Amino acid sequence: MRARVLVRPKAGILDPQGQAVERALPALGFDGVRNVHVGRLIELDVDDPGRLPEMCERLLTNPLIEDYEIVESASADSIGSSAGAELPGVSR
Amino acid sequence: MKFGVVRFPGSCDDIDALQAAARVGDAVLLWHADHDLQGVDAVIVPGGFSYGDYLRPGAIARFAPVMAEVEEFGREGGLVLGICNGFQVLCEAGLLPGALLPNVSLKFVFRQVEVEVVSTTGPFTGACGVADRLSIPVKHTTGRYYAPEAELDRLEAAGQVLLRYAPGHNPNGSLRDVAGVCNERGNVFGLMPHPEHAVDPLGGSTDGLRIFESMRAHVEQHVLA
Repeated sequence: MRARVLVRPKAGILDPQGQAVERALPALGFDGVRNVHVGRLIELDVDDPGRLPEMCERLLTNPLIEDYEIVESASADSIGSSAGAELPGVSR
Repeated sequence: MKFGVVRFPGSCDDIDALQAAARVGDAVLLWHADHDLQGVDAVIVPGGFSYGDYLRPGAIARFAPVMAEVEEFGREGGLVLGICNGFQVLCEAGLLPGALLPNVSLKFVFRQVEVEVVSTTGPFTGACGVADRLSIPVKHTTGRYYAPEAELDRLEAAGQVLLRYAPGHNPNGSLRDVAGVCNERGNVFGLMPHPEHAVDPLGGSTDGLRIFESMRAHVEQHVLA
């Protein structure tokens, strides 16, 4: 099983990295952007996806400061295509 | 009085910590892959970039074989001091409350700061006076102390905040200027400033020695006596 773990700074915790990106975008003409947060993406093949939450709690994230979301997929290919589907019009 | 300094792959302040401890007692290095604390009276988890700081600082190191011994030693009341990366390791291991986040500036900071002693009742600051100012360097990128507001209230009420950055000296955006906290029992202490770099007049300050002297006095009075 191919899985992705999306790791985000917990809501309410100061995220200077997100703020820096948010300030940089208007400088390039990208106005109207708010609430930027920068997290981390972990991709992994795993035999027993049922153990993913425990992996997230014990190592992949620090639950005190980060939230996570597990996105499972049958294969890496379908992850790629679903990411494409979320971003229509993106040229590759 | 025998100090043990843990050496992980990527530790870089282990020798300074060893030499600082050797000014007040005996000191040996403890190898990360050994399940052996060599009968030490206190453990120091030093600064550096243990296991490359991959994933999060301290996240991998907390699972090192020697950390199982350090955790047991701490549970039994042994003194454990975590400095900088060692502080991050102890937070990741759950031996200390809270977490260290990237500096608000997003920059590496390396400067001498003044910290105020908040509490002197425990083993790590007994040789200091309340409100004493210690001049000690910091050098880190991930040193912003964070705990939820309710937890910060609880830590302050319980006297677990031992050191605060003096007004105007907070180098990283730590909540409530926390520079160092101990566990509920008081025998595990972590701080971002580097007391082992402030032990010789040549370095501009010897204030850091007082942390090591406090530990020695505690062990001599309560453990070896």
